[in-house]
Amino acid sequence: MQSTPVVEVKNLNLYYGLTQALFNINLSFERNKATALIGPSGCGKSTFLRTLNRMNDLIPGVQIQGDIQVNGNNIYHSNTDIVHLRKNVGMVFQRPNPFPMSIYDNVAYGLRIHGLKDRKKIDQIVEQSLQKAALWNEVKDRLHTPAKGLSGGQQQRLVIARVLAVEPEIILMDEPTSALDPISTASVEELIQELKQNYTVIIVTHNMQQAARASDYTAFFLNGEVVEYGATDLLFTSPKNKRTEDYITGRFG
Amino acid sequence: MNPKTTDRIATFVLYTIAFLIVSVLFGLLAYILYHGFQRIDLQFITSPPETMKAGGGIGPQLFNSLYLLVLTLIITIPLGLGGGIYLAEYAPKNKVTDAIRLSIEVLSSLPSIVVGLFGLMVFVNVMGWGFSILSGACALTVFNLPLLVRVVEESLRSVPREQKEASLAMGISHWTTIRKVLLPVALPGIITGTILASGRIFGEAAALLFTAGMSSPDLNFSDWSFTTPVSPLNPFRPAETLAVHIWKVNSEGLIPDARAVADGASAILVLTVLFFNLFARWFGRWIYKRLTAS
Repeated sequence: MQSTPVVEVKNLNLYYGLTQALFNINLSFERNKATALIGPSGCGKSTFLRTLNRMNDLIPGVQIQGDIQVNGNNIYHSNTDIVHLRKNVGMVFQRPNPFPMSIYDNVAYGLRIHGLKDRKKIDQIVEQSLQKAALWNEVKDRLHTPAKGLSGGQQQRLVIARVLAVEPEIILMDEPTSALDPISTASVEELIQELKQNYTVIIVTHNMQQAARASDYTAFFLNGEVVEYGATDLLFTSPKNKRTEDYITGRFG
Repeated sequence: MNPKTTDRIATFVLYTIAFLIVSVLFGLLAYILYHGFQRIDLQFITSPPETMKAGGGIGPQLFNSLYLLVLTLIITIPLGLGGGIYLAEYAPKNKVTDAIRLSIEVLSSLPSIVVGLFGLMVFVNVMGWGFSILSGACALTVFNLPLLVRVVEESLRSVPREQKEASLAMGISHWTTIRKVLLPVALPGIITGTILASGRIFGEAAALLFTAGMSSPDLNFSDWSFTTPVSPLNPFRPAETLAVHIWKVNSEGLIPDARAVADGASAILVLTVLFFNLFARWFGRWIYKRLTAS
């Protein structure tokens, strides 16, 4: 890991009330690479992902210690602008969650709320974002129909377009294909390959093939700790830690 | 007994219960409408009631019922939305919130005659509004508000968490998320709840006897000012509603055709509630479509 990391996590501990969920996490994520977070259910990988855009703030009783820097700024500093942070660190969820609006409005929503009024400009960004999300050709003739009418895979790509529209640097994905069928999964994975050319992608996945296919780096989480972190091909072919090996060869989890 | 027989018996019993409920409803409706329609004509719906002789109508009462409903909704909807949003989205989980919830429940279970007397004391006398639509609307708010707060809260809570997170994860503020994402999704539930609450407004009599009053001035339907005493819109005039009129005609009516007038008024009341429900459902669907592009 040579270049300057875009996200740097130092000595992160997280508690849900009295229970500790994350133990002394130290990770750094490189610009324009895809990093996969793998591990069995309940190992803390989603919890960790949600610390990166402060979505855990919404859960009462969560306490965080340590330091998370995005572009060198500690995001847990009291003067962090959460609106700005979340614009910069977009998030895609497990289940496709388009808003109850038209396809067009879903993508334009963030732009309008963040103050863009120029209709031509909005039109342009909506088209660009849908194109980047590889959805434009499928929906260009029905932009003003409800987003709920799309298939699951299309909805997930729409959600990605919605995130792209506000021009983030980092995209967090929390098991983005676990609610999708194999064909939709393939289309979303292909998209992740495209996205990492211009964005830093951090993806939580249960699917080890997906991690192996889609990511440059992989971090293996177990019981709230990072057991091993390294280049994906190395981690999968010659894991250094016995527990990593046991997990990726399917002995538990 | 073998499971198959038990299953058949259970099915039969459940069907019978369902059938009984439906037949009670239809029996009642048929009875009310059959007797009512013998009296209903355009003149009955539009003309004012008589005090001594036969042939009076229910025009002002019908209008009063509708106007009272509108006024009550104008008061309760903003308050109900505010309270519901607070409880669903902002209220912390603590003793104060529990106390608020308990108060709302108690408020909704107060006997209506008690609320009527409370209205007589506070709105009619202390506030000095006299027997008026406004006093009536405020008294009805006392029942309606808890229902509405509950409905708004429940509807907001039933919106999938993912929807809310999606918006918040885009850096959109909590309030904007509520307005643009949560409320549109919750709207059908809120409208259904409002309709149910409104049915009660139409039917309420006890709480109105001492607040909206038991008489109605001869309304001048060509005068739409808010201040003249005979204007239909004047919120400070007494306003006997249909339900109150039915009660009054039945219990102390001096007109010879009291029974027929009560029958006709009952049928009109039932039909009005029915039409209002249908209209509100259609309106709710229309707004939902506008908001969600579906």
